[in-house]
Amino acid sequence: MIRLTWRQFRTSAAVAFGALLVMAVLAALTGPDLAHVYAATMTACRRTGDCSSATQSFLLTDRGLHTTFDTLVTVVPGLLGVFWGAPLIAREIEAGTFPLVWTQSVTRTRWLVVKLAVVGLAGMLVAGLLSLVVTWWAAPLDRAAVAAYDTFGGRDLAPVGYAALAFMIGVTAGMLIHRTVPAMAVALFAFVVVRVCFSYGIRPRIIGPEHRVLALDPTSTGSGFAISPSTILNSLFNGRPPTALDPAAPDMPNAWIYSSRVVDGSGHDLTQPVLDAACPDTVSGGGAPAVPGHIEVPEAQRRAWQACVSKVGATYHQLVTYQPADRYWTLQWIEVAIYGTAALLLGAFCVWWVRRRRIA
Amino acid sequence: MLLRMPGPRSPPGHSFGNRAVTPEAVEPLTMTHDAVLVARGLGKRYRRRWALSECTLTVPAGRVVGLVGPNGAGKTTLMRLAVGLLAPSAGTVEVLGGRPAESPAQLGRVGFVAQDTPTYANLSVADHLRLGGWLNTRWDRGLAERRIERLGLDPRQRAGRLSGGQRAQLALALAVAKRPDLLVLDEPVASLDPLARREFLQGISEVVAEHGVSVVLSSHLVADLERVCDFVIVLVASRVRVAGTIEELLAAHHRLTGPRDPKIGDGQDIADGQVIEARHTDEQSTLLVRSDRPIADPRWTVAPLSLEDIVLAYMGTEVRS
Repeated sequence: MIRLTWRQFRTSAAVAFGALLVMAVLAALTGPDLAHVYAATMTACRRTGDCSSATQSFLLTDRGLHTTFDTLVTVVPGLLGVFWGAPLIAREIEAGTFPLVWTQSVTRTRWLVVKLAVVGLAGMLVAGLLSLVVTWWAAPLDRAAVAAYDTFGGRDLAPVGYAALAFMIGVTAGMLIHRTVPAMAVALFAFVVVRVCFSYGIRPRIIGPEHRVLALDPTSTGSGFAISPSTILNSLFNGRPPTALDPAAPDMPNAWIYSSRVVDGSGHDLTQPVLDAACPDTVSGGGAPAVPGHIEVPEAQRRAWQACVSKVGATYHQLVTYQPADRYWTLQWIEVAIYGTAALLLGAFCVWWVRRRRIA
Repeated sequence: MLLRMPGPRSPPGHSFGNRAVTPEAVEPLTMTHDAVLVARGLGKRYRRRWALSECTLTVPAGRVVGLVGPNGAGKTTLMRLAVGLLAPSAGTVEVLGGRPAESPAQLGRVGFVAQDTPTYANLSVADHLRLGGWLNTRWDRGLAERRIERLGLDPRQRAGRLSGGQRAQLALALAVAKRPDLLVLDEPVASLDPLARREFLQGISEVVAEHGVSVVLSSHLVADLERVCDFVIVLVASRVRVAGTIEELLAAHHRLTGPRDPKIGDGQDIADGQVIEARHTDEQSTLLVRSDRPIADPRWTVAPLSLEDIVLAYMGTEVRS
């Protein structure tokens, strides 16, 4: 049965591992250079003492390749589910070949278990190797970005778990729907939903976060808030704290910052009316720049704003809720374990379903 | 045209003939050792629809059995239950004394060619033979290769590029080289042109002659069955209407023509036997009668029937009633 599985699978396996090889070669050609540039940048900036702007510009190195690799490592598990998982059973049903293979001297349980094992493990291997290459290649960039949790799903072990579950979702969809193309669409949709819900809804709650209290810094606190797809998803799953002030991100390398709120001694958030009451003239003039690169504000306005923040800072402080950097690997292992278990459960369901002869 | 396959395969003095005339009269055979397939109250339901219900039948061993019936009679469902592709919703089916597909050994004893003779389009003929070797313990590689060679198939040819007839032959070669004790063929020739159809049926005859395997073959074309079968089961709406060797069926059915007698209807018993089908014109009545004895009533002019006449009569009565 292993030989038949391999015979049916070898072309797609060759395509996948061929593409992986091309990618690895590309990474091997550019990776050492990237590491070298990083080392040079860091040595130079340590001499001058300002590493923040040097790091910012280093992060733009090899931007095209960086984006490509990050995209690949994110989408490949889903693609494995779509192109390897969904057709596994569905194509046999669609092409009418299951009566042929199920009436040979191999029980259908064995047929399915071997197929799931061979193709599923190959998929996990592809995702694992891809992650290995990307993790290695992007190591200097990741070190410079000091935001390990931003690339959580695209580095180290997590992609292996994603590949396992995406594959099993694909197989299950194909088995239930009986048609390859609809099964592919359903599998992709289901996997994306699972992945998003897990990343924003479940992962933050697996281990209780830590809290840290910081004084408000008048020079780096702005107003309003930034909007990105990730903040929108985050507020969708976890709600948005009513923040009238936007303190600068605290200097916590590689930590996963859930929220950074401005609260008083009893934990109440600073609301807009309170802020307006504290400094009636300044707020209407707009915020002060918290990050370099923002539009320049007149000096007088800036000073008024800073006075305002200092005034508020007497009763309010910044409360940072975060996951410490050293929990990264614990969370990686938990992620793989949960996705892997879900994949195994789906596999058991498929075996049960096929044994009950619900197909045909 | 050779209608029967005489020879050592037919156990002498053993008759399966003419037991079923009305559904009620069908009693399950108790001599299971002489049967390759025994279904008792067998039923298969898809959601609310019963594709097969309360089917009770016995397929004798050592014969080429034709299973004939109109579309929707449950032939395909019955065969899929027999090879274990489906699980029964009701009743039981026993094949070669075991439960279908219960073990690799049981699977190995039954060869199956499904409707439309599926093969893997992107695998070559040689790949299919290899596949057979990988998946079967009793695989007869020489036999498979000889068959492919005799058919003139190129082993490197992809199955997707074979003609319908060649594909059917490949599927048959796969099923035969398993060296099964029972070969189940579900309308294997339905989509073939007349020449390919004849060649395929010839292939079955060869296999039967060489290996003495029992065969169940379904079709809705009586001509196909006459060419290769020696035993016919007419299945209508899950019920066996009649079963018997072709010889016995031909010997026991007669066409009677005589003066009009509109009192005689389908299924009625008359002095000489049972009326299967009665037709009346203004002047005369024509009856299709089953009778084990010679027709004695001088009213009737007796004429022999073809197998097709008999089968269609049994299929037709169900439709009209």
